[in-house]
Amino acid sequence: MNFLLTHAPILIIALPLLGAFLTPLISRVHPKVRNIFVLIILMLTGFLTILLTRDVLSNGIRVYVLGAASSTLTTPTGYIMPVRIILETDALSVLMAMISVSLAFIAALYSWKFMENRTGLDKYYTLLLLLLAGMLGMELTGDMFNLFVFLEITSISGCALVAFYTDRGESAEAAFKYMVIGTVAALFVLFAVALLYGEYNALNIGYLASRIQYSFIDKIALVLLIGAFAMKAGSVPMHMWKPDAYGEAPSSVAIMLVASSLASLYALLRVCFTLYGDVLNTVVVGWVIIILGILSIFVGVTMALVQNKFARLIGYTAVAEVGYMMLGVGVGLASIANGSIADYGLKAIQGGLFHVMNDALDLGLLFLVAGAVFYSTGKSDLNRLGGLAHNMKYTTIFFIIGLAAVSGLPPMNGFASKLMIYETAYQLNPILSIIAILASILMLAVFVKVFHSAFLGPRLKEYENVKEVPRSMLIAMGILAVFIIIFGLFPDTVINTIVEPAANALIDYQGYINKILGLGGV
Amino acid sequence: MFKRNLIKIVIGVSLIESGVNLFLITLGYVKGGVAPIYTNAPGTNMVLPTPQALTLTSIVIGLATTALMLSFVVLIYRHYNSIDAKNVRRLKG
Repeated sequence: MNFLLTHAPILIIALPLLGAFLTPLISRVHPKVRNIFVLIILMLTGFLTILLTRDVLSNGIRVYVLGAASSTLTTPTGYIMPVRIILETDALSVLMAMISVSLAFIAALYSWKFMENRTGLDKYYTLLLLLLAGMLGMELTGDMFNLFVFLEITSISGCALVAFYTDRGESAEAAFKYMVIGTVAALFVLFAVALLYGEYNALNIGYLASRIQYSFIDKIALVLLIGAFAMKAGSVPMHMWKPDAYGEAPSSVAIMLVASSLASLYALLRVCFTLYGDVLNTVVVGWVIIILGILSIFVGVTMALVQNKFARLIGYTAVAEVGYMMLGVGVGLASIANGSIADYGLKAIQGGLFHVMNDALDLGLLFLVAGAVFYSTGKSDLNRLGGLAHNMKYTTIFFIIGLAAVSGLPPMNGFASKLMIYETAYQLNPILSIIAILASILMLAVFVKVFHSAFLGPRLKEYENVKEVPRSMLIAMGILAVFIIIFGLFPDTVINTIVEPAANALIDYQGYINKILGLGGV
Repeated sequence: MFKRNLIKIVIGVSLIESGVNLFLITLGYVKGGVAPIYTNAPGTNMVLPTPQALTLTSIVIGLATTALMLSFVVLIYRHYNSIDAKNVRRLKG
């Protein structure tokens, strides 16, 4: 057990990576064996993540040095700075890793039946595991260049998955857009990394954070990094790839893309809070993030109102949801330096991070419902759907849960985190929370429209023989729904056990630096 | 990047990439340095090896992205019979 824990950070990345390339071989045996193999790999990864999470929550930050004599030896004798590739996991990293692994597990479970009749599934599962490996790498690494490499892995495998339906031109179009955006964003990151390397001669985040001067070059690098990660997270004005990619990808891929955009958001937070933690002009950057967030909320919701394709509509609400997270974190950043409302700043960051979890669950559930509707009827045009509640009872119930959660109705989880964001944003500037609440109401309107046109109404003749979706898909949706309700009923427990340590870890950049440099009482 | 031809967009992206790679390589230059082969060092200055390793990685990644983008262009051409960005607009609104 101890051995596993020591090597957990690298095993969590290596296991899906190895599994990814074994999958095509194993699918030679039998498709069923392959599906089971993928699920086992994901379960093992999940188990390791839970192990690591428990350790990090009780013992603090854990580092893993690749290729060193001892896995915690960050600075070998005779060196004044860390030289090897180092993985550094704090409470925020493990929170994000948990989200990614669980969404991947649910996606794989869901694809068992959902993708059953498609060809090329061995490649599909390979890319799915590769995408997971990339996300986990982004979340666990403590090194700027590795962040770039894993970002590229996620964007390459993500794009290939978006274009999975190669028989349709639209998917190739969406994938091309996503690819151009993703590549340019990644090159921005690389350029920023090069700037930082040229100035400080190091790539390690902790070391860079201890040396950073906030000179003009650093500011350029900061702008490039924020721009790139906001692009990948899909906030306005770089959001246009998001509805395209989410709308055209298979639903099980769409929830993986949700997780990967959250991983980019994590990278954004890591850069703002840890890398520039010491020197950042928090008010300016905080307001920039707030404005991006508010714009995303507004544009996302209003564009979602006019959509008539199910998955594309959810894609636009995903833009809005990212906006809520950025609003929470931005408010936190802007008010944390301001003595009188600093407590609210911490609360806002907690709200933002809690919303990250909730968003993964809510949007995940809605995408899966959209996929279930597509699976049963073969249509995604809302104008031609109707009366599905007669035949698809469980899916309808799941949709109602997802609808209530995403538009922030109590007692679902979306309410708990959105309330935290509203309260704290009100302290900074009342207008922010007014816009956020109005957008939330509009969000409800969007989904009530969908509910009405897809599920309610008389039984339509063409959908008379529509059947409920198979059990594996129902189980996948059920897991998400149960978590949504649990998180909604007991938000305090969730916040105290995992969200609060994550928020504290995010702010405590000094602890992150000390751990890497081997200073202080760690 | 402002061209309408999709292939030209791909070329634009790979130009950005080459630019970044060149920038990385020049960062590691030490005046009068020699190739950083440790066992064979003549005792003079060596250029920094890390940027070269980074550039190598980034070239490999660049190859993958370019190949994938071009394959998307092939797919798009098959379905739309055009690689003009003006015509490839079924997804909008």
